[in-house]
Amino acid sequence: MMARRITRYSPVRHLQGLLLVLCLLCLAGRAQAQDRYSTKTGHIAFFSEAPLENIAAHNEQVVSLIDTRTGDIAFSVNMKGFQFRKSLMQHHFNENYVESDKYPKATFKGRITNFRAVNLTQDNSYNVQVTGVLMLHGVEKEITTQATLQVQGNKLLGKSTFSVSPQDFNIEIPLLVREHIAKRIDITVDMLYEPYKAK
Amino acid sequence: MYKKYVFLILSLLLGLALRAQAQDDLLALAQAQDSLKADQVASTFKGTRLVNGHTVETEGKGELLFLISHRFGTLNSGSYNFFGLDQATIRLGLEYGLTDQLTVGIGRSSLEKTYDGFLKFRLLQQKAPGGGMPLSLTLFTSTAIRTLKGQTADTPDPFTSRLTYTHQLLMARRFNEKFSLQLAPTLVHRNLVATRAEENNVYALGAGGRYKLTKHTSFNAEYYYLLPGPTADNFRNTLSLGFDVETGGHVFQLIFTNAQGMIEKLFIPQTTGSWSNGDIYFGFNISRSFSLGGKKSWEKTP
Repeated sequence: MMARRITRYSPVRHLQGLLLVLCLLCLAGRAQAQDRYSTKTGHIAFFSEAPLENIAAHNEQVVSLIDTRTGDIAFSVNMKGFQFRKSLMQHHFNENYVESDKYPKATFKGRITNFRAVNLTQDNSYNVQVTGVLMLHGVEKEITTQATLQVQGNKLLGKSTFSVSPQDFNIEIPLLVREHIAKRIDITVDMLYEPYKAK
Repeated sequence: MYKKYVFLILSLLLGLALRAQAQDDLLALAQAQDSLKADQVASTFKGTRLVNGHTVETEGKGELLFLISHRFGTLNSGSYNFFGLDQATIRLGLEYGLTDQLTVGIGRSSLEKTYDGFLKFRLLQQKAPGGGMPLSLTLFTSTAIRTLKGQTADTPDPFTSRLTYTHQLLMARRFNEKFSLQLAPTLVHRNLVATRAEENNVYALGAGGRYKLTKHTSFNAEYYYLLPGPTADNFRNTLSLGFDVETGGHVFQLIFTNAQGMIEKLFIPQTTGSWSNGDIYFGFNISRSFSLGGKKSWEKTP
């Protein structure tokens, strides 16, 4: 009366296989330091054309890393590092728009989807596609953009431009100036990567 | 047969999870490289004026601020004078940031036809907690020249006797996102006073603050207390209330005060208006800032 019917799938039976896959993936996930390129002085600028006056700022202290084995890419941007020509505008940007005290950093994590097309031993410029999640003002948004990656000896020069809108990131624009601030903000990214040295 | 699929899907999910993990690791590494310095606490106040008086804020290097200040007549002057709106005094001013710390300014008030010039030097800038600097400190010094002619044409009125100097130590602290407070010990030195009873040196203590009502508006209050002496006996302390509205690159201030003048020499030692009598001057400050110098590459359309 104790006939046991094994009909339900039990992962235990495939434990060995799973472990093997797990180990392989773990090994794959462990990138070596020499497979990484990094920069601490990346340049990001944004520009917005507005009827009253254009809004422009740039940040020269952007940190970014590329994992050349997987094409994974990450950015960390200190919001207070954005410099405007007018200090008043800079104050307002930090205080009232992006709320830098509450959200000090913007980040991007994603990957270069066609990284296989890039030959790191060949000095050349490659068109690549980057996709990932941009987090700004505490809001995450999926971004996909075209970029160029230029191999220059042991350095990589990455460039891209894309647009975002303040509304996407819950950035409030007061009624009084709603007409003065553009709905679209153009972002220019300009990064020179060097082989990463772990300290 | 479906067991294989289950196994495949499980492996796939695991793979995806690990990929996300790898991206997170990379981001964590990036953030670790990104050293967030002990940041300065900026924007103690919205503008360079609290209400009548100066704040610790200075202009950025190469910035020019054009400031138009306006005070109407008193509210208690009756409907015949349209509650003060028939009458107005004005000050036009320019302020320029020579460096981020040093600002130079000039202005002219219609009241007593006064020209003024000032220097503002930021000594200390408040830093975030742990940065070892709990307050901001700015020195302010100004010279005012009265050009209004004397009672009669033959009253001797040499140039030096028209001069008044003001020195202030502006100390401010931003306590939190909304609230900032400022103290301003002040000395006003008048080269010539009308009678023996009046003081050449008038000492006062200014105190004021702002409270942000919304992200773009704040309520400000400012009080100048005259230290005991003949001036304090014959004149009144100045109480001013203001409301700041910031619109993008501009600050617009609405003001109610019992002083008519807009520079220290006029609103500290010679205020006669009384709030309780309704000697309240309504007015505003409007500023527009310009930046001088050529455009950088990052300021152009990509």
